[in-house]
Amino acid sequence: MTRPASRTTRTSPVPSETAEPTLRDQAPRRHQSRDWPSHWRRPPLIADARLRWALIIAVACYLVLGIGSLEVNWARVADGWERGLRFLGGFLQPDFQSRWGDIEQGLMESLTMTLTATVVGVLISVPIGIGAARNLAPMPVYLLCRGIIAVSRSLQEIIVAILFVAMVGFGPLAGFLTLAFATIGFLSKLLAEDIEEIDAAQAEAVRATGASWLQVLNYAVQPQVMPRLIGLSLYRLDINFRESAVIGIVGAGGVGATLNTAIDRYEYDSAAAVLLLIIAIVMLTEYSSSWVRRQVQ
Amino acid sequence: MPPTVSPTTAGSLRLVGLTKRYRTGDQALSDVTLEVPPGQVLGLIGPSGAGKSTLIRCINRLVEPSAGRVFLDETEITALHAGGLRRARRRMGMIFQEYALVERLTVMENVLSGRLGYVSFWRSLFRRFPPRDIENAFRLLERVGLTEHADKRADALSGGQRQRVGIARALAQEPELLLVDEPTASLDPKTSRQIMRLIREVCAERGLAAIVNIHDVALAQQFMMRIVGLRAGRVVYDGPPEGLTPAVLTEIYGEEDWGPLKPAQTDEEADDAAGIPDDQDIARAL
Repeated sequence: MTRPASRTTRTSPVPSETAEPTLRDQAPRRHQSRDWPSHWRRPPLIADARLRWALIIAVACYLVLGIGSLEVNWARVADGWERGLRFLGGFLQPDFQSRWGDIEQGLMESLTMTLTATVVGVLISVPIGIGAARNLAPMPVYLLCRGIIAVSRSLQEIIVAILFVAMVGFGPLAGFLTLAFATIGFLSKLLAEDIEEIDAAQAEAVRATGASWLQVLNYAVQPQVMPRLIGLSLYRLDINFRESAVIGIVGAGGVGATLNTAIDRYEYDSAAAVLLLIIAIVMLTEYSSSWVRRQVQ
Repeated sequence: MPPTVSPTTAGSLRLVGLTKRYRTGDQALSDVTLEVPPGQVLGLIGPSGAGKSTLIRCINRLVEPSAGRVFLDETEITALHAGGLRRARRRMGMIFQEYALVERLTVMENVLSGRLGYVSFWRSLFRRFPPRDIENAFRLLERVGLTEHADKRADALSGGQRQRVGIARALAQEPELLLVDEPTASLDPKTSRQIMRLIREVCAERGLAAIVNIHDVALAQQFMMRIVGLRAGRVVYDGPPEGLTPAVLTEIYGEEDWGPLKPAQTDEEADDAAGIPDDQDIARAL
């Protein structure tokens, strides 16, 4: 065989003529060769082409009709634009001073609410999460705990806050109860799922030593789920802080109440100060929690 | 070797008509009757799905047998309830495929977890084990050659080292019997032999009986005193390792060329076993 460099000088039919018999000689033929297609496409998700196109066209029509049905009041948009600009202006000159007393009180209230609600929520979530893990709990306990989780998760924080404000009055107590309640649904569910995914062999090995149920929990389950439990608790801590700003609007205390008051009074510079502080605190918890999660892996 | 053992000797195991049918309908074990005298190291071989793991797990009831009885000395394990079963489990150390160590716990905690059946929940929660247990755990770590690794996390060790921790954990129970499930499944051939030798040695030192599930026939022949072959949940061979002829292996596993696996055979047998399937291979190739 000559090198391709020398071949390029020859006429094109020559290499193909010499190449064919060489190939045939090199490859021992075990099977009769067939003509295989050289074109291949991934099979479509919906096999029936008519159904597929009908669905695509239907979705496109719905989108066009949906956009068409939006009624935009351009005069109102122009109005709001001006207000929006003032809001942005406030952001450029946030005023931390004139309402600092209110802001500080709101922030402290929010932080207290957040921390206490997270701690209490986590403490309640752990047994419920264990009860909601199919591989640890008997059926009746499992169903009960899953029921508690479903109730807690199906109610949005604001609705729960309104309920608790009605029950215990305005202020941070209602906020604390709301956040603790929401934490239970979130954390128990994720903890239960994590427990269900543990390596069963480790639990089996501990059980085989004659360990009791609690000892299996402590020696085989806890070490496997602890890093994630810590990570989720810290994550919930910053969710709770953000939520505390929202539920304050319906009267459950905290920095949300301060924010709401500032916006009601058109004091966008103070509102901006509150928002900036919320962002700063959320970022701080975010960074510190990711650092802690790395440490406990 | 026929077990001739008086029922009072410590660590003799007796299975009578052991049967397991899973809820899915799979018949894992059918009427297995077996007696293991103290100090005997028994290898359980058979194809995947023959019921080897199920058999071992029925003995300490990690899997609940559907029928049949298990006796450890006088104790009928299959008749025990929660507390009694936990006490009986202390007498049977278990060693696992893939080690089954608690990866995020230290080596020492893993070894001490062998004592869980003996200490209260509160002691174990705060890792306050009796001084004697701790001393013994260090002695075991020395025995398996891991003294300096006591404070490392289990997942920081190599495969062979982890299995040594697994052995130390089982021995920490001060068992009368070892249940060993594929101890070398994820180890290289050299480490596998070291681990098997270690298991043989500790059994000899303590007069322990052992049932060892094993995939590798050569390894079973090298280290086991007695071989039991399972096929589809039934005992199809029970005898010395030398008795594993190609015919017996075919009985256990099905038709295959057993040529390179046989250690103690005449040359003629080896030629026969190697020759016939070769012809078949050629025929298939044509």
